[in-house]
Amino acid sequence: MADIAMSNFREAQRDVPNTATTDPARVPTVVVDNVHIVYKVHGAGSGKGSATSALSRLVSRKRSPSIREVHAVRGLSFTAYKGEAVGLIGSNGSGKSTMLAAIAGLLPPERGAIYTNGQPSLLGVNAALMNDLTGDRNVILGCLAMGMTPEEVKSRYQEIVDFSGINEKGDFISLPMRTYSSGMAARLRFSIAAAKTHDVLLIDEALATGDQKFQKRSEARIRELRQGAGTVFLVSHNNKAIRDTCERTIWIEKGELVMDGHTDEVVSAYEKHNRA
Amino acid sequence: MSTVSDFSLSTPSGADAGLTPKQLAAKYGLAVSGKRPSLPTYVRQLWARRHFILAFATARLVAQYTTAKLGQVWQVLTPLLNCSVFFLVFGVMMKSRDSVPVYLAWLCVGVFVFQFSQSAVQSGTRSIADNLGLIRALHFPRACMPVAFTVIQLQQLLISMVVLVGIVLANGQMPHMTWLLIIPALLLQCLFNTGLALIMARVGSKASDISQLMPFILRTWMYVSGVMYSIQSAIASWPPLAKTIMALNPATIYMDLMRYAFMPDSFNKHIYHGGKDAAGHALAQHLTLPHHVWLTAGVWAVVAFAVGFVFFWKAEEEYGRG
Ligand SMILES: Nc1ncnc2c1ncn2[C@@H]1O[C@H](COP(=O)(O)OP(=O)(O)O)[C@@H](O)[C@H]1O
Ligand SMILES: [Mg+2]
Repeated sequence: MADIAMSNFREAQRDVPNTATTDPARVPTVVVDNVHIVYKVHGAGSGKGSATSALSRLVSRKRSPSIREVHAVRGLSFTAYKGEAVGLIGSNGSGKSTMLAAIAGLLPPERGAIYTNGQPSLLGVNAALMNDLTGDRNVILGCLAMGMTPEEVKSRYQEIVDFSGINEKGDFISLPMRTYSSGMAARLRFSIAAAKTHDVLLIDEALATGDQKFQKRSEARIRELRQGAGTVFLVSHNNKAIRDTCERTIWIEKGELVMDGHTDEVVSAYEKHNRA
Repeated sequence: MSTVSDFSLSTPSGADAGLTPKQLAAKYGLAVSGKRPSLPTYVRQLWARRHFILAFATARLVAQYTTAKLGQVWQVLTPLLNCSVFFLVFGVMMKSRDSVPVYLAWLCVGVFVFQFSQSAVQSGTRSIADNLGLIRALHFPRACMPVAFTVIQLQQLLISMVVLVGIVLANGQMPHMTWLLIIPALLLQCLFNTGLALIMARVGSKASDISQLMPFILRTWMYVSGVMYSIQSAIASWPPLAKTIMALNPATIYMDLMRYAFMPDSFNKHIYHGGKDAAGHALAQHLTLPHHVWLTAGVWAVVAFAVGFVFFWKAEEEYGRG
């Protein structure tokens, strides 16, 4: 008896996040808790040197003399929920890319903690895949690397190539990726990454180089990903793209939170600040 | 410019109101970002990427063989040129040729086998740094990279094998039952190389100084392994302990196994009994395999692989940081 009651209780508990999607309890996917991120920059002293100087450095275990610290993120806190698309805005060097890299687990926080649901995927502006391999190899290897089976890859391949639009102007998919324009490369990278459903997808200016038509298509894909209960972070200097895709926006400046709210308010405030 | 924490969209609502971020994360089972998976999970993830590893290695190899104009030729030509230089200097001028049976085949087998481990070390060292873009963009167990590069080296060795077999045949060595031993010897060396590549991948991902020292370390390793002269006769007068240690050198072990597989007659004391002929010329002395040579080869392979795997996994969360 007690067992059944217990299991019913557990059922009910598991149902809570699904049924009550609107207000009562949103399901968090990314929790950033008072995070500080510090880059340690090894000064000019540590370039390439002779083998003997390399040896003496290894033996003495001395780090190069001039280490400078860059405090890129200073005590940021926010929580993102299932089904949200969050814009991240701020001037150059404000710490947007740093924040996304930290959410992806690529940078360790100096203080504070970042919790995520599953493994976030980061699409950076210059995240090259395999430049000396052809586009179609990149599609296949990228999908395999994300954990798809060879059969899945085979069935998704055409869809990915079509989505990227790489082949619209001729047979470019069979050329090495280093021959692509930066816009073409960005399109193919996004198409590969977007082929999988991600719990958390982080896009760092990766769509900025695409043309109008592709931006429309990728916005639609981002909407789909969100409906699949994912969370999308979008860094862009195109305020219109932020307005079109995100209903929530976080504005950071010098690594600190300035505003976190509905896109309309935050972007308007940001634009006003920039005009002043 | 004030923060807006009290009315922000971040604040948990409904039943979760009032939870600290940490409690909220714990309640919904969120994991610390970038945390390294447990060792069994890691093994499972890596196994799930076996198709990726194979496809990656093959694509790299094909790209090498189609893009560079002479690239594919150099893969075989470099060891062959090395062989001819070594033959001239160590074989003819320093007379190693006289004391080692079938010297040319012996030398070439040694050079190709040593090259296999050497290039595994070299490509392993660069495997993380050269693929940072891929590592940052997509999520997969990072051990895929050094393992894939070892697979590439194996594929390359198998291609060079054709040339090697030609040299051995041209040296008058006929195919023999022992040629079957090539397969287990290669498999063990492969495992050993994978371990080395994993260790070097972690080392190379951090300290760039190591890559400056690598050529010296590898060259020293080559000279003490007896690639182009018989190390056994060179250290014949050393104390027994030193000789035992030298005989445990994995490069020597894997080269000798392969030489035995290709040319078993060289190890026959009735054919090559050494000494001098009537005119006073030195005669070739038969080779010997150390005791328990297969056991040693197996232990090296398993230990190197296990140590390398755990060592690499320990820093799994750090490889994208560059
Ligand atoms: N690899 C790095 N090493 C040292 N400092 C860095 C590095 N990357 C970024 N920074 C510094 O961190 C700060 C935030 O940079 P970033 O996150 O790239 O800004 P954004 O993406 O908002 O333009 C800047 O001051 C920048 O100089
Ligand atoms: Mg940036």
